[in-house]
Order: sequence, then C-alpha cells, then structure tokens
Amino acid sequence: MGTQTSTVEGESVPLDDTRRGTLLRLATAGSVDDGKSTLVGRLLFDSKSVLADQLDAVERVSRDRGLETADLALLTDGLRAEREQGITIDVAYRYFATARRSFILADCPGHVQYTRNTVTGASTADVVVLLIDARKGLLEQTRRHLAVASLLRVPHVVVAVNKIDLVDYGEARYAELAADIRAAATSLGVGDVHTIPVSALVGDNVVDRSSANTPWYDGPSLLELLEELPTGDDPETESFRFPVQVVIRPQAAADERYRDYRGYAGQVASGVVTVGDEVVVLPSGRRTTVAGIDTADSLASGETLTEAFAPQSVTIRLTDDVDVARGDLIAAAAEAPDVTQDVEGTLAWLGDRPLLPGARVLLKHTTRTVQAVVRDVVGRLDLDTAELEPAERLELNDIGRVTLRLAAPVAAEEYVVARRTGAFLLVDAQDGGTLAAGMVGDALAAVRRPAERPGSYAI
Amino acid sequence: MTTIDLTTDAPSAGPSTPDAAPTPTAALPSARRLTQLDALESEGIHIIREVVAEFERPVLLFSGGKDSVVMLHLAVKAFAPGPVPFPVLHVDTGHNFPEVLAYRDATAQRLGLRLEVARVQDYIDDGRLRERADGTRNPLQTQPLLDAISDHRFDAVFGGGRRDEEKARAKERVFSLRDEFGQWDPRNQRPELWNLYNGRHRPGEHVRVFPLSNWTELDVWRYIARERIELPALYYAHEREVFDRDGMLLAVGPYSAPRTDAEAASVRTETVRYRTVGDMSCTGAVRSDAAGVEDVIAEVAATRITERGATRADDRLSEAAMEDRKKEGYF
Repeated sequence: MGTQTSTVEGESVPLDDTRRGTLLRLATAGSVDDGKSTLVGRLLFDSKSVLADQLDAVERVSRDRGLETADLALLTDGLRAEREQGITIDVAYRYFATARRSFILADCPGHVQYTRNTVTGASTADVVVLLIDARKGLLEQTRRHLAVASLLRVPHVVVAVNKIDLVDYGEARYAELAADIRAAATSLGVGDVHTIPVSALVGDNVVDRSSANTPWYDGPSLLELLEELPTGDDPETESFRFPVQVVIRPQAAADERYRDYRGYAGQVASGVVTVGDEVVVLPSGRRTTVAGIDTADSLASGETLTEAFAPQSVTIRLTDDVDVARGDLIAAAAEAPDVTQDVEGTLAWLGDRPLLPGARVLLKHTTRTVQAVVRDVVGRLDLDTAELEPAERLELNDIGRVTLRLAAPVAAEEYVVARRTGAFLLVDAQDGGTLAAGMVGDALAAVRRPAERPGSYAI
Repeated sequence: MTTIDLTTDAPSAGPSTPDAAPTPTAALPSARRLTQLDALESEGIHIIREVVAEFERPVLLFSGGKDSVVMLHLAVKAFAPGPVPFPVLHVDTGHNFPEVLAYRDATAQRLGLRLEVARVQDYIDDGRLRERADGTRNPLQTQPLLDAISDHRFDAVFGGGRRDEEKARAKERVFSLRDEFGQWDPRNQRPELWNLYNGRHRPGEHVRVFPLSNWTELDVWRYIARERIELPALYYAHEREVFDRDGMLLAVGPYSAPRTDAEAASVRTETVRYRTVGDMSCTGAVRSDAAGVEDVIAEVAATRITERGATRADDRLSEAAMEDRKKEGYF
C-alpha cells in the first residue's frame, strides 16, 4: 500500500540506553465505532509489536466468532466484559518501539460513561490521538475529548480522520473535516493540532504513507508524526519545584557516616536545581540553600551531583536545619509560588453523585492532602459553545469551575503554567474514591480566549 | 498535515524574531532529558516513596524472579543511604526451584530485610487447600497470599507485575484497590490522574502497587545489565533434563516428573534458560544459548513469543485466565 520505505522495517530498535527524550506517552480517544481499537491494533501490528502467540490468540478467537479476518481490536480489549460487548471500558496500556523512539500507549474508551477513564489516560500523555469517522465528522464526544485534551494541556493533539476509504479518499471531504477540526480546536484552546487522513482497516497513512490512495496528502504518516513530536515539558524553561515525599534520616545506619544524614527525597516536579541555589520551603516560607543533591548512585560512587532536573528522583540536603516534612514544597526562592487557602479551580467531575456547594472533600496537591469545602460552583462548560454557563452543580463528566476553601495552605500554581504543581485531586473522605481531576486557576481561560494562552506552551 | 500554532495567531507586539516560533521537529537531544531507563527508574522510585509515606504497613512481594529483583533494587535506591523500610513476602508454592529460594534467602539477608514466607504446602497439609488434578499450584497461591496480608495487616502490597505481560494486567492501575476479600473489580477502577496516586482505603481493604507498570521485558533486562544486578543462575543458559508437555519444556524434577509414556519418552538434556521463574510444575524453559545478560537482551529483542505465552501453562487455560485469577486476589 505504502510507497515509501516503512520507518520500521530496515532499522532495528536500539538496545542501548543512550538516547534522551525518546520515550513518548500517547493516549488514543474516539467515539464508539470510530475504529480506535482497530487503529491501535494496526499500529502495533504494522510496527511488528504483536508477537506470534498474541496473534494466534486473536485469530483463534476471531475464528470462533465466525469472523473471516483477525479482529485487531481484540489485541487491546483485555477484559472479559470488553470482549463480550465489543467495547473498550477501561484504559489498556500498550508498549511498542521503533528505531526512533519508544511509546507508552494508553488506549482509552470512547463511551461517554467511561470519560473518567479517558481523563486517566490523557493526564499523563504527551500526545492525544483522537479518531473521527470521516463519514460522521465531529461529534459531541469529539468536542468533549478535545476539551479534555485542552484542559489537561496535553502538548499535542493528532486527529486521525479515519475510514477515509469509505468516503472514496475524497480530498474535499478531508479538507472540510480538517477545517472543522481546526475551528473546534481553536475554540476549545487546543495548543498544537495535526490532522491526518487514515484508514485503520486498510492501513493508509498509519505506518506508511499512502500516495496511491491519498496522493493529495503530502504530510507524514501517523507513526512518522509520532516519531517526530517533541516530548512534554522542557525543564530549562521552568521554575524549580520539588514536593517532599519522604524525609530520609538513617539514624541507625550501619555506615556511621550517615547517622547524622538528613535528606529530603522526592521527584523534581519542574525546572532545574543546582547546589548552592537559594530555595524557599513552603508553606512555612523559610529560606535556605541547597547543600547537596544525592542519589543512591552518587552516594555509592562518591561522585557529587551538581544539579537535578525534572523528572529525576533525588534526595536534597539543605544548609540550615529547617523544619521540612512530607507535603512541603521546596521551590526556587526567586520564583516562589504563593501559598493560599482559597483555590479557584477547574474540575473534570468524575464522581457518580453530583458535586454541590458545601461539599466536604479531601484535596490532594503534590504530596500534600488537606481538607476542603466547596464554596461555590461557578459554572459548567457548554461543549457546543465552548462557553461557561451558570450552574448550581456538576454532574458526572461535567467540566466546570469551582471555588474551594482549604483547611491548610497549599502552594498552588496556575495549571496552565505549571502542570505538576497546578494539578490536584478531589477525594471522597468516606470511601477514598477519586472524585475529580482538578486544575488550579481558570484552566478554561485558554478555552475561551485562545490568543491569551501563555507563550510557554508554544511548541 | 494541518498545524495550528496558536502563538503565531497572537497579535505580534513588534518585529518577529527568528526564535519566536520554533517548529515541531524531532525530539530535542538535550542533556536535561532522561533516557528511557532513567525515566522508568525515576517513576518507580517515586511510586515506592509515595507508598512508604502514605501507608502504615507496606510489604514487597519478593520471589527471586527478575521483576521482583528489579523492584527491590528500586526500593533500595529510593531510601539510600537508609535501609528499605518494609519487609518482603514470598508465597512459596512448595514447588519452587531450589536455586531461586537460595537466592531469595541470600538477598534478604544481604539487605537486612525481614522475610515473611507464606507456604502453600502448609495449607495442603492441614486440608485448607487441595492439590489440583493438573498438579499446578499457581492458582493455590491466592489464599495464603490474602491470609498473610490480613494476618500481618499489610495495607500496601508491592507487586512486580508489568502491563506488557498480559492483557488483563494491561488494564491495571499503578495503585490498584482490593476490597476486604482481596478482590479486584476491573470494571470499577479509580481514575488515576497525573502522578497523584490515591492510596486511600477503608479498614480491611488494601492496595496493590505496581512500580514496574510501564516497564517491558526488554526494559527489565536492559536495566539488569546497566545496574549489574545479579539474578538466579537459571535465567541464563544451562544444561537441564527436560521433557515435553503441552508444547512446553518442563524440567525433570521432584515436582514435575513425566506423567505419560509420551512425556517419559521425550526426556532429554537440552541447553535452556528460564524467561520467567515460578512454580516448577507449570513454568517452562526455553531453548537458549544466552549465557550472559547481553545475550539475553539480544534474544528478548528478537523473540516472536511473549514471555507468558512461552513459559506459563496456567495462562493457556482460557482467554481470561489471568483476569479471573486477579479478580480473586492473585498477584
């Protein structure tokens, strides 16, 4: 089908670990019957990531069901209920690699009732691949998924216009849909959007470009594009943030050099820190400097580290004996966030029961969990108009704005500028269930005023 | 391709500069980007530290198999220069490879860890469990595991499961809630957002935690090579007396003897290694000359059969064998 050499064949996946920034997390989303599982199956199959026994199993089950060809969707629908109903209920994670990079693929459900699982898959993604059916065009669910991708600030969105073979490979139809997608993406504030005409069933423009069937399309295939997109955030443009996970104080250490050791273990959430940097511990506001940065490897080899960057897991030692505990945030003193007990946030509401003003919940922000009360439900997003409409409550799968009052301060930052320190969960204090994905600030500002989105999200 | 770069739509305040609109090109090879193994290691360490901070009584399932060995290695790194702040637990089927048990004991001793062992044999001896007709004890591990969790009141249980192993595992969260009966409800999993793991649970419930969720078999082996991690010797090519059963090569031993004339007739010595390590009665060897870790990496990279497909008889029972075991509380 393709006329160009595949990006997969010929080159093999490198076995060393010298390449940086090559691990890409992608999430797929689409509406029911858009052919999403088929597309994922095609990506896995054409990139030779499906092994013989997996294919045997798919062929055996397909035959048992009276199908003539292997149903590639069976590769990802892993639960009994999913195979029985022929739908995707929860995210399935798949792993594949090409000569250029490795992929963690979160295959998300399309049904609106499983939107919470789509939010799960998209929250860690560098790229969302969104499918639409070329015959049907944009559906409400497409707009919902674009809104979720925008809200979560997924760096890239690729819209695969699928079943292009069923509209006779029509250039005009594709151009019309591409314009629709562009308009919807712009109105919903999606940062970087690409469109590709594909046929998951036939394989057009999935792994190989299809100049035979879509000679009018001069862009890359889906896999070629995924191999090129830059990953997530660049630590060099961010402010340093370090949520403390655990205090390491091995007073009974066998090695007596470490009996007075006191280090703060965590994962750098954003930015770069260098030994000697002035930092502030939040929420207390105490200032100090970084005395040392350790990892197990540096302690074992005796080499001293001079810096750490996101998302490394390290242990930081401070010059002064300040009181630091789990839940504190160590931040660059010159660019420290404010601490507050009043949070205005945007929620993707994932609870079965509606959210009403006055609700008491737990808020988990970085490594800190505090009690919170919902002061007000400001409004909910109307997906058709992309406007915030007044609302008294948020129902399952609504996206809306709320104001929260916290029992203790957190160093909350605007999600649009700091994803890791702008994100929070709302948790049910009784049963522990996760109720909402929360984003500090008006995460929907970008949805309504795309031109004002911060330049740091330019790709 | 259609690209919308909103920054170029913004009203420009002055003359454009060359660096104002970088183009989407290949992933930038910056020194401040992690390699794949560094990214996976950091993610695993972050997960392990979260558990220690938020749970009262974590435990790590340690069998001496390569995944649990890598997971324990991450735990050691996560708390250096301090000790690993939790015990390890092994569910011993009674049919384990002796060299793996020796490795398990030596490792626990070297790291100064408390090793708890739950024994399937004890359950069979006192009648709480009955030997299965097919002789495999893998499914019998669930009850001793759940009893050990409740007896010790463990509230977080680290498992070495990887999502690339099996399609039910591909659906598993990193933090996966188990009810008071130890059951997994795959249709009603909590949303898991960003890296904000929610470990809250009610008394009697516990959480299974999978720090290696995003690792593949190849990642595990490349990491073993990079970190120079020692493994039980049966992961590397050696000569062993084996016989054929259901398309698998089983070791001739006290727990896996030939049962039919055909099986007896197939006994011979071959150069093999193990891709997974479990119950001797249902864990198959693979023909291999891979004597060292680099040889194994090359072999795994080229293989056309999945790890469990090649070596686990119990996963061949049905399409949903693993899902069914997991729902009941299996690893």
